[in-house]
This record gives sequence, C-alpha cells and structure tokens, in this order.
Amino acid sequence: MSLKSNLHSLKEKYKGTKMAPAFNALHTFLYTPNDTTHNGTHIKSADDLKRTMNTVIMAMIPCLIFGMFNAGYQHNLAVGDIQAVTSGFFSSEFWTLDNFMIGFWKIIPLVIVSYGVGLGVEFLFAVIKNHEVEEGYLVTGMLVPLIVPIDIPLWMLAVAVIFGVVIGKEVFGGTGMNILNPALTIRAFLFFAYPTWMSGDKVWVEGAVQRTNDIAAGANLDAISGETILGSLAQGKEMAYSVSDMFYGFIPGSIGETSTLLIILGGLFLIFTKIGSWRIMLSSALGAIVMGLIFNQVVSAGIITESSKFYTLMSTPFWQHLILGGFAFGVVFMATDPVTASQTNKGKWYYGFLIGFISILIRIFNPAYPEGVMLAILLMNVFAPTIDHYVIQGNIKQRLKRLKVKTA
Amino acid sequence: MGLLSKKDSKLILDPLTDNNPITIQVLGICSALAITAQLKASIVMAISVIAVLGVGNVVISLMRNIIPSKIRIIVQLVVVAALVIIVDQVLKAYSYELSKTLSVFVGLIITNCIIMGRFEAFALANGPWKSFLDGIGNAAGYGLILIIVGFFRELLGSGTLLGFKVLGDPIEKTGLYALGYENNGFMLLSPMALIVLGVIIWIQRSRNKALIED
Repeated sequence: MSLKSNLHSLKEKYKGTKMAPAFNALHTFLYTPNDTTHNGTHIKSADDLKRTMNTVIMAMIPCLIFGMFNAGYQHNLAVGDIQAVTSGFFSSEFWTLDNFMIGFWKIIPLVIVSYGVGLGVEFLFAVIKNHEVEEGYLVTGMLVPLIVPIDIPLWMLAVAVIFGVVIGKEVFGGTGMNILNPALTIRAFLFFAYPTWMSGDKVWVEGAVQRTNDIAAGANLDAISGETILGSLAQGKEMAYSVSDMFYGFIPGSIGETSTLLIILGGLFLIFTKIGSWRIMLSSALGAIVMGLIFNQVVSAGIITESSKFYTLMSTPFWQHLILGGFAFGVVFMATDPVTASQTNKGKWYYGFLIGFISILIRIFNPAYPEGVMLAILLMNVFAPTIDHYVIQGNIKQRLKRLKVKTA
Repeated sequence: MGLLSKKDSKLILDPLTDNNPITIQVLGICSALAITAQLKASIVMAISVIAVLGVGNVVISLMRNIIPSKIRIIVQLVVVAALVIIVDQVLKAYSYELSKTLSVFVGLIITNCIIMGRFEAFALANGPWKSFLDGIGNAAGYGLILIIVGFFRELLGSGTLLGFKVLGDPIEKTGLYALGYENNGFMLLSPMALIVLGVIIWIQRSRNKALIED
C-alpha cells in the first residue's frame, strides 16, 4: 500500500472521532484526497489556501538560506577568522560551507520549534473545537524564525509562539479571523517580554551572549558584539556599513531580514504569482520615502542640528531607510498578509502608505524601538477594517450621488 | 450553613462566580489592570474594597429611607469618600511603602463602578444585614479576580510571590534561573493584565455556557 492509501485508511478509521481533524489535515497536507463533493455549485481553481501559503514560503526560502550564510559570516567576522566581503554579492568570503553550517545548526532548531509548537497548538484547537486544521500557520511558522535574533533561546520562542497563536489568532476564531498578524504578535511579545534578547549589541551575532557569559566566568577570550545599523544610528554613531553591504544584506540583524536584494526578488515573485499585493508594497515604500524626505528637509533647513539626538537618524538619506533594518521584509512579507491588511484596493493604498510613514516616524523619534516597522504594521492591522469601512462608505455615497443626478 | 440562610449565602457566593463584578459585569477594570503587578498590592486593594463596600452598603442601607432621591448620588459619594479616606489614612499609617505603590488608586476606589453600582442597585432597596452580605460578596468577587491576576503577574513577571523569590534568584542564577529561565517583562505591563483577565473570562465562560452572550 502506498503512503497515500495508508493515510486514507487511517483517516477513514478515525472518522467521527475526536482525533479526526488531525488525521484529515495530515492526509490533505500531503496529497489531494480522492473523495470529491457531488452536489452544489463549485468554483474550480488551482489556488487553494495551501498553495497560496506554499508560494509565500517559496518566496522566503532565499532569505532563509541567505540568513544561514549571514549568521555564520557575522560570527566569523566578529571573531576575526575572516575578512569582510569586498567583491559584491558573490564574494567568496561569504558563501563558504563553514559560514553556512554555523547558521544551519542555529536556524534549523528555530524553524523546528516554530513549526512544532505552532502546529501543535493548531492541532490541539482543531481537536478541541472539532473543526478542520487550518493552514494559516504554515506561513507564520516560516516567518517567525526569520524575524528573530539568531541567539534567541528556544523555550522563549516556544512560549511566544503559544502566546501568538492562542491570543493572536485562536481567540478570534482561528485562521482568517485574526486582527493582528500572528508572526508580528509573536515578535512583539518577545520584544516586550524579553527585551534583553531582542535588542542591544549582543544578540545579533551568533555566540556573542555565550561568549559574554564565558568571559564573566573567567574564560580568556575577546568579547564579540555586533549592533544593527538602526541600533547604532539611534545612539548617534557613524554608519559602519556601505550601501552595497546593506542592499546585499551583509549586516547584522534578524535572521531573514537583512538582504534587501533577496527580499525584492521574493516580492517580485509574490507579485508575479498574484499572491502579494503590489499596491501595499509600493505604497509602503512611498510612505517611507515621503517621511524620509520630510526629515531630510528638516535637517537641510537647519531646524535640527548635530547637537540633537535625532540628527543621525534624521540625516540618513531617505532612500537608505528602505534598505535598513526590517523595513523591506516587513513590507513585502507581513504588511501584505491578506487577512490583516485592508481588503479594498483603495484602502490598500492608504494602509500601505501609513505603514511606511509611521515606520520611519517611530524609527526616528523612539530610540527604544529602533525598528518601527513591526509596530507600524501592528497598528495599521488594527485600523485596516476602519479604512475599509470608509472606503466602502465613500463608494456608496459616490454611487448614490450618481443615482440622484440621473433621477433628477 | 447555620449562620446564613440559603438566600443570604447566595448573596455572598454569587458574585464570586456566576455574577462576578469584573468578569461578568465588567466593572472595576481600571484598577484591576493598574495595581495587579504585585500580589501584595492586589491583596491590600481587595481588603480595602471589601471594607469600604461592606461598611458603605450598611450605611447607605440604614439611611435609605431618609435620603431624598434627588441628591442620593451626592450622599453616596460623601459616604464612600469618608470611608476611602479612613482606609487611605490607615494604609499610610501602617504600611507606607505599600500605600505609595497603590498611590492614587486607593483614592480612586471612590470612582470604582462596583461601589456606586451596589449602592444604587442593592443597598437602596434592602435592609442593612442583606446589604452587608451583598457588599462583602461583591467586593470579595472583585478581590478574587485581582488576586488571581496579581498572582500570575507577579509570578511570571518578577518570579516572586509576596516578595519571596519562589523561582530562585535571577542575579545569583539559582533555581529555575540556572536553567536559563527569564522573567517575562511583558507581564509587568498593563496590557498583559488585560490579557490575563481575558483568559480568565474565557475559561469561566467555556466552563459555564449559560454565561455566553450572543
């Protein structure tokens, strides 16, 4: 018997029992079931929820692989074993097996914990509430390891995933009903619950925390550290990386967010497959550019001088904000989440524009939260239904007016 | 119960569970979110409210026939303000540190909706003994939720209970902390109190389906 028919008979065996949704999910995740519906009208389409989710995951895979290389690269660079990259995206210093393996062994456990715990909660809720397991966690489970620092302890990630899935999603009724993006809820939880593991100059480089502890215990080693660009700019330090480093992603940061190049490729893939909304991506970038330009003008008009603590971040050229920090990643993969974003096309423009606008605002004015994009997206998630409401009302009013003109 | 008739004991026990002022009537949320970061503060707040509401209900009930209904709100406010000042002074005298933690929230017992609510809904229409039981019951229901929330927030947020380091010492790295455990800073922020409260309501309503509103 093949695996498929094995799974099918398992499913049949548990039909009607409490565990049925769990076996159902396993079966339909791996194969298309043979049984079809016979009555009613159906629309046949190649896109089901699972394929949508898989497309997003495929778009993220390059970021994940790059994150593995980058984790090792940042570690080896900080330790002093290798030189900084010199020759563009395909620098031989970066793409080494050594770099990859360091990242691989750190990131794979994060992915396993994220999926294991998250899907565990989903299965549990499906069994208790007696509905089918929903696929919503597939993307979240891949997003979560990409937006956390490399050295985050696994138990913290597990706690945050449980919190995010239960409070962020299940209490609202599960996949498709949530107000906030679950992946960002998980990150926000980590950020507020365990700030020492989510910011500072020790968490972004693999092994830095461990080494600090070793030194405290008396080991004869050099301390290593690495700060995100936003973190150091917020403290008024000089930019230590070149623009090409930022664009290619050879910088410290959360695992998958550093390489703007690969994120853009992923974004193009999402737009091409019509999964992600180009309106949101474009308008977010516009919002960030407008806010960045305003601040640049404020600086060049001489209102803010070098003595101000906002000067370094404000004087950063507006286009550099697009390739700094997690902005690109958030905008491409999380702002476009079809559940929590605005649904109307016009609403998407407002929604995206405000995300970009507010991200840069938070970045500059609140040094405690140097990465504003997380909070900006969560905030706009809350307002998305309101935006949609006004767009729809506006449309209704416009049509009523047209009707009146005709009848009059 | 020998001391209380069945009706009387219902007055006390109902607000603890199926008619809880916080989780069912959703009153008194503000102080429940603000002062529950520590268990001790929650307990003191609970006791204060029990004292104020128990005595206040009796006073209002005794005066119920002589209060002109036009000015009853003002009379109620005077009564509760007098009681709150007494509680505040006692706290300042015997436990100054704690009264600083509770800060303005002891004074704000005056505006706690539960108190005015019970005066209006019960004490104005019932005798002093029943009003006393009703006051104690409702305040205890409020206090119970405060203590549950305070328990989880202090345990998970600071790793202590009533100031005792029950999970080990986070600086010396003993107990759980030796295994890499860390306190959850989010628990100390008010939004988390709201979420803990939400979870309590969730659990209560999933156990008692009659409480679910459409």
